[in-house]
Amino acid sequence: MEHEKHHIVSYTSHLWIWVILLVFTVITVGVAEIDLQKLTVVVALAVATVKAVIVGAYFMHLKFDNKMLTIMASLVLLIFTVFLTITLIDYALR
Amino acid sequence: MSATTAIHDEHRDDFGAKMGMWLFLFTELLLFGGLFLVYTIYRFLNPEDFAHGGHELNLFVGTVNTVVLLTSSMTVAVSISAIQKGNKKLALSMLWVTIAAALVFMVNKYFEWGHKFEIGLYPGGDLFATLPPAERLFFLLYYFMTGLHGLHVIIGAILILFVIREINKGIIQHDNFAFHENAGLYWHLVDLIWIYLFPLMYLIH
Amino acid sequence: MSESITSVQHQSFYNVRPGFINWITSTDHKRIGLLYFYSISIFFFVGVVLGVLMRLELLNPGKDIMEAQTYNGIFTLHGVIMIFLFIIPGVPAVFGNFVMPLIIGAKDVSFPRINLLSWYLYVIGALFALSTLVFGDGIPDTGWTFYAPYSVKTGTNVTLAVLAAFILGFSSILTGLNFIVTIHRLRAPGMTWFKMPLFAWSLYATAWIQLLATPVIGITLLMIVAERTLGIGLFDPALGGDPILYQHLFWIYSHPAVYIMVLPAMGVVSEIIPVFSRRRIYGYKAIAFSSLAIAFVGYFVWGHHMFTSGMSGPARIIFSILTFLVAIPSGVKIFNWVATLYKGSITINPPMLYILAFIFQFMIGGLTGLVLGALATDVHVHDTYFVVAHFHYVMFGGTGFAFFGALHYWFPKIWGRMVNQKKATIAFYFMFVGFNTLYFPLFIAGMAGMPRRYYDYLPQFHNYNIISTVGSWILFVGFLFMIYNLLQSARNGEKASGNPYRALSLEWQTDSPPTVENFDKIPVVTEGPYEYKD
Repeated sequence: MEHEKHHIVSYTSHLWIWVILLVFTVITVGVAEIDLQKLTVVVALAVATVKAVIVGAYFMHLKFDNKMLTIMASLVLLIFTVFLTITLIDYALR
Repeated sequence: MSATTAIHDEHRDDFGAKMGMWLFLFTELLLFGGLFLVYTIYRFLNPEDFAHGGHELNLFVGTVNTVVLLTSSMTVAVSISAIQKGNKKLALSMLWVTIAAALVFMVNKYFEWGHKFEIGLYPGGDLFATLPPAERLFFLLYYFMTGLHGLHVIIGAILILFVIREINKGIIQHDNFAFHENAGLYWHLVDLIWIYLFPLMYLIH
Repeated sequence: MSESITSVQHQSFYNVRPGFINWITSTDHKRIGLLYFYSISIFFFVGVVLGVLMRLELLNPGKDIMEAQTYNGIFTLHGVIMIFLFIIPGVPAVFGNFVMPLIIGAKDVSFPRINLLSWYLYVIGALFALSTLVFGDGIPDTGWTFYAPYSVKTGTNVTLAVLAAFILGFSSILTGLNFIVTIHRLRAPGMTWFKMPLFAWSLYATAWIQLLATPVIGITLLMIVAERTLGIGLFDPALGGDPILYQHLFWIYSHPAVYIMVLPAMGVVSEIIPVFSRRRIYGYKAIAFSSLAIAFVGYFVWGHHMFTSGMSGPARIIFSILTFLVAIPSGVKIFNWVATLYKGSITINPPMLYILAFIFQFMIGGLTGLVLGALATDVHVHDTYFVVAHFHYVMFGGTGFAFFGALHYWFPKIWGRMVNQKKATIAFYFMFVGFNTLYFPLFIAGMAGMPRRYYDYLPQFHNYNIISTVGSWILFVGFLFMIYNLLQSARNGEKASGNPYRALSLEWQTDSPPTVENFDKIPVVTEGPYEYKD
């Protein structure tokens, strides 16, 4: 099989990603102190998702690898989201 | 099917190995996914009790552990870039930092759990027995999920120790680092799961 | 067409490094496939015997040969063995391992050592499951579904059975992972996705279900173990839990698992029909995509197992509608197979007979499935023998018969000898008649209201049960005769050539049995696998 060219991510870009992730951590902890009522969960999960996407794209190289992996990962998340949604529908409407 | 011939030499399929690792990570995600599903439903049914349970956790320790894991994720990523550039020394030191981070994480966890056991906040403990049922569910899930996550931290650290050994032996090189990359992917998954566990357990109240 | 190849280092995989130790440490996909075959056959036989015993007990109302508690244990173990030890690993682990790398023109799977590991996990899990017969306080009596809260409360040996299912799940995951990477990475040069045989397509779709659904049951079963050992109350209403959530988690895996069981069998059908009709398969792409569609939609229909559980009304309606969607890709397959047969020059031989029986029985199973998928009718027949008959028509009449079809079809490739056609045909008719005699009356008994999983029944169901039990004897005779014939053929059958059926797919373009390396030279593919021109 052909040996694919590997993209080498620079040290500084890793450091920047790290800084951005820390900033988001500070944000999410800070926001948790404010009482947003029902929005608390939404905000916390939204920040977590942003962090997860950054980790996936840069640290886990999804952005630079074969797109096949991104497609697979998205499909997995889609299926899990549907599991969660349908089950919640049952409980919400009971 | 018409069949002629082609020359096919022995090959190493790095991308195949990486795809295999990703598929394995998907199974891990769904393993935790089942627990997240249970958490979501019980939280949906008992929002107050869960919020109250979350309040009992030590936000400071949780935040420290988040920073520790994020940092270790970064060092693993840097070590992979370093090995690709042929900088073995930097790669190794970054991996040792990761191991150190794993240790810090587990020590924190030990004190966190240890404290709860001291005050009887565990299934079968005195304080635990006085809690309303739904709050007990919260702590059950807390122990189950962070426990399973902790197990993954240990497995990930062991994998990284193997990577260090292979770098020292000269097996992992600038043009042969599939195992290093895959161990790194596993470590990032540990981080990824914590990214969700942290707000769900410590922050939502 | 490949030419006959003569070379010196050309040896069958049986002859290189023989001996028991070399077999159980071999990473050759063909040997692992056979290791699976022999172990699965043993457990299948145990499952069959348990089934026959259950039917014997049900011959008359009241006690015939065993106590009620023994009966509960036996029907649970029959389910656990048949589901987790036979039908889930059956086609993929045996024929997937043996044939799939050959059919895509590869030397082996992507991760041969992981492949061997998955067989070891299978054996360990199987021993766990069987050990519940001997150890602990009795055979589990929960049914194969391990529903909480009963599975948490019962004194029988549920923990061991649940751990067995957990380990077997890992074995299944590793097989799926291996197959996905293999199909992505190791197809022969020139074999594009749409020149790939449909058996490989169906295994690909199956592998995705194994990979994504199995972890959910894994974690759920761990929760049951935790419940039993720590008594923590995750699914106990008295302690704040919800038993219906267990059912959700269980069926999130176990419904997709139904497609793990049936999709590979459908792949077998798609291979055998064109060969013995001498026609190109009708609607190749439709069949390939319908496999993926079944796999995908299959994730979202689990709730139809829970219509009477106390789930909310709107959720039940959603699940009912989604369930009907599965009928579309299944129908696409059936119509395409029948269209392939149309105006073909059909050879009737044992593999083809099993496959035709598959279509017939799977259709009965599938159409009665619609009765169960529809909310209103399901409430009437829920937990009756109608359900038992339905899933045996799909699982045994469908997948089981396809398994036997695959066994007869690939027999020359695997053992290098031809099957005795006459005896195989006789065995087939016994099994076909026996199967339908056994299960068809149960539809009627179920409609009339005979509940499933009971040791005893009302006298008005007596006749159905007599017919059914007689059917089980006919089926069992046919089954034994089939085994006898296959053993005979493996020893004394006529030697098979590399390609006895003049088939076009790649597994037939090498020796029977294949050499260690599968192909002397990796083939280059220029045409699709079903381009029959005669």
